Amino acid sequence: MTTAPAIELKGISKAFGPVQANKDISIRVMPGTIHGIIGENGAGKSTLMSILYGFYKADKGEVFISGKKANITDSQAAIAAGIGMVFQHFKLVENFTVLENIILGAEDGRWLKPSIAKARRTLVELAADYGLNVKPDALIQDIGVGMQQRVEILKALYRQADILILDEPTGVLTPSEADQLFRILDRLRSEGKTIILITHKLREIMEITDTVSVMRRGEMTATVKTSETTPAELAELMVGRKVLLRVDKSPAKLGDVVLDVKGLRVRDEKGVERLKGIDLQVRAGEVLGIAGVAGNGQSELLEILGGYADGTGSITVNGQPLDLTGKLSDGQSRRARGIAHVPEDRQREGLIMDFTAWENAAFGYHHDPAYRSGVLMNNAAIREDTEGKMERFDVRPPDPKLAAKNFSGGNQQKIVLAREIERNPDLLLIGQPTRGVDIGAIEFIHQQIIALRDQGKAVLLVSVELEEIIALSDRIAVMFDGHIMGERLPSETDEKELGLLMAGITDTDTPHSVEEVQANLAHAGEGAK
Amino acid sequence: MEVMPKWAEVILVPLISLLLAAILSALVILAIGEDPIAAVKMMVTGALGSTYGWGYTLYYATNFMFTGLAVSVAFHARMFNIGGEGQAALGGLGVALACLYIPWPHWSLALVGAAVAGGLFGAAWAAIPAWLQARRGSHIVITTIMFNFIAASLLNYVLVNLLRPKGSQDPASARFVDTVNLPTLHDMLAPIGINFSKSGPANVSLLIAIAACVFVWFLIWRTRLGYEIRSFGNSESAARYAGIRPFKIIMVSMMISGALAGMMAINNVMGEAERLVMNSVEGAGFIGIAVALMGRSHPFGVFIAAILFGFLYQGGAELALWTSIPRELIVVIQALVILFTGALDNMVRMPLERIFLSLRNRKEG
Repeated sequence: MTTAPAIELKGISKAFGPVQANKDISIRVMPGTIHGIIGENGAGKSTLMSILYGFYKADKGEVFISGKKANITDSQAAIAAGIGMVFQHFKLVENFTVLENIILGAEDGRWLKPSIAKARRTLVELAADYGLNVKPDALIQDIGVGMQQRVEILKALYRQADILILDEPTGVLTPSEADQLFRILDRLRSEGKTIILITHKLREIMEITDTVSVMRRGEMTATVKTSETTPAELAELMVGRKVLLRVDKSPAKLGDVVLDVKGLRVRDEKGVERLKGIDLQVRAGEVLGIAGVAGNGQSELLEILGGYADGTGSITVNGQPLDLTGKLSDGQSRRARGIAHVPEDRQREGLIMDFTAWENAAFGYHHDPAYRSGVLMNNAAIREDTEGKMERFDVRPPDPKLAAKNFSGGNQQKIVLAREIERNPDLLLIGQPTRGVDIGAIEFIHQQIIALRDQGKAVLLVSVELEEIIALSDRIAVMFDGHIMGERLPSETDEKELGLLMAGITDTDTPHSVEEVQANLAHAGEGAK
Repeated sequence: MEVMPKWAEVILVPLISLLLAAILSALVILAIGEDPIAAVKMMVTGALGSTYGWGYTLYYATNFMFTGLAVSVAFHARMFNIGGEGQAALGGLGVALACLYIPWPHWSLALVGAAVAGGLFGAAWAAIPAWLQARRGSHIVITTIMFNFIAASLLNYVLVNLLRPKGSQDPASARFVDTVNLPTLHDMLAPIGINFSKSGPANVSLLIAIAACVFVWFLIWRTRLGYEIRSFGNSESAARYAGIRPFKIIMVSMMISGALAGMMAINNVMGEAERLVMNSVEGAGFIGIAVALMGRSHPFGVFIAAILFGFLYQGGAELALWTSIPRELIVVIQALVILFTGALDNMVRMPLERIFLSLRNRKEG
């Protein structure tokens, strides 16, 4: 007789409006194992776990716990079913003690004292069983992040969880803390607990899991035994290897260097260095594609080029240096220098969702003499101009008075693209040009990018879609942990090689041992989000 | 697609909210054993039934237009300026200084001078919390409300120790000279044959307030600065991308806001009291928040809401004067109107949206 899986998901689907976050997902996780779920940001991992924990209701599909069909309507039901969740962002009360946090919501009766006494006893047992040592009376705000995470795990165990879900647990940990966490997870596994580990880091999957499922764009693309796979294969599965989107393009006619970046360093608000000395060049008439797993510094590169991050090093455009800090390091100055920018997140940056299409079509260029008359905006001129743009870029519906939020993702992107491309820039920065864009619009957007390149403009393309990078770029630079790992020509590389570079492995010709890959990726843990 | 047609959004929602507030107010009046219909009659005749009543209603409305516009302008930049009270108080000081120490040859010049002085004082008072927000991240709601207290204490000090004429026991400035007295509606309407009550305090400032409404509309929806203010207010991240400097927008929008609040003083200080007294603002700064909420931060909405609140103020005063309904109840009624038009907006909006949605679905299906 075979044992029933601890958790079984059958055909789970969930859509948010037009976005299919989970599409027909099925998983079986056997008791006493660690199952990894890996995928890029937005692949649908968190949605799936939120369904399992009762935050969302699946549109379709069933959940079985230990072979019995479970109806998880809220987190209380999930806890009752023996599921415990450790969130990426901890849900702890900062000025409560460890014990108080553990019993919060699980108090027995009206008086706290017996609950606390009971929790204290249980905590001693748990510490002995799983090696989870914490100071019960310490305040949460006084203990480190790794300890706080233990408290979260203890909270779940205190509620008698047999199944633990950890969402990106190492995102906030230092490498040594992460190693400690893995020792604890190993111990929990040997005591018969079932663990689901959600992550986008290959190292963690290889190090600790028994089986791994790969998610991509809401679908489960593969489930394999960890011992029978390699990081390179997982990377491939993660970024996908579908048919390349064909883009008709002639060989690039290279002109002068437009963008020249040397020794560029950028720190984020927390002081963490996100760009660690970048050198790159983009010539007129070429598309330079920046490949990489999200969060390895690509966003910061676009931000400083677009004028809204500060940094050190040098950037020149057409031979003239750009300011990297201070007043002249802003979007207005960059636009004046012939840099146009289609940002990665059109809803947060590229557009103002409550503004009409015509108001958005002037956004960033509202000081342009054609759009103003004195201190006033020349609304009539902008509207007329927008009508033309909407027609040329086939924005549907072609109504300049409609608010941006009422257009589909693809049409929103076309509004941004029309605004930036029709400025006739020397350099176009473009981030995730087709994220959340329907297939029909993707083709159009790709054609526009190539058309701009064929007019002799420089294009810097950032995308997490490898296919897109390969299809559009004349040269590919791979970013990892704030560094450029190397440059390749699309004709002389493949997704496998790029995937290894994206994992920080430069020596792609010789075979690599798991240990070597792990050691390399351990370093990435410090830089990635 | 918008769920509701624009007319429903602009007219129906506030109207139903008002109706609900009125019904609840009527119930409260019933509960204390008074006749709500008689009370409504009293309020309407008291506030709108005579030119005397109109004189007061429009006087209050003028105050509320200024403070309502002040809140609206800041709100377009997502700044919640609770400091209208203090900014208007400082504006009063500016107006008083301009009227006391500059020998104006004619009231019209004095009005311009006083408006500028009041605006500058109000803007300066708003600039401090704005700077603290923009540079230090101190929350504007907290700082502006604290600055109301500071303003009150400052005015107290200035009136008692500096502006009080020698020998006077009254903590108020000297009376302004007659040349700076503003024409009331009586003075203005008499030449065209309309006999407006002499004793109503509404004055030429009303026209300035209406002009301010037009100015704000122009500023927000027609100028590049207004476009930048709205961009920043809607999405700070997008504004950053576009190269719109947060510091500039926070400072400028708050200073315009403070200036509008400060300019209120041409109405209450220069037009009505004709001297600076303690607590001259009388809560108009706070009513401005309700007016802006009800008027959806649109100058036309502010204009209408200001008149409504002017009516409530004057009608309420009449009610307290002539019936046994206590003055506190008037505050209750005003609070109900604020609650329903401002805070409970979604309570009316959501069912309405559902109705319109099902109507449309039926039409399409």
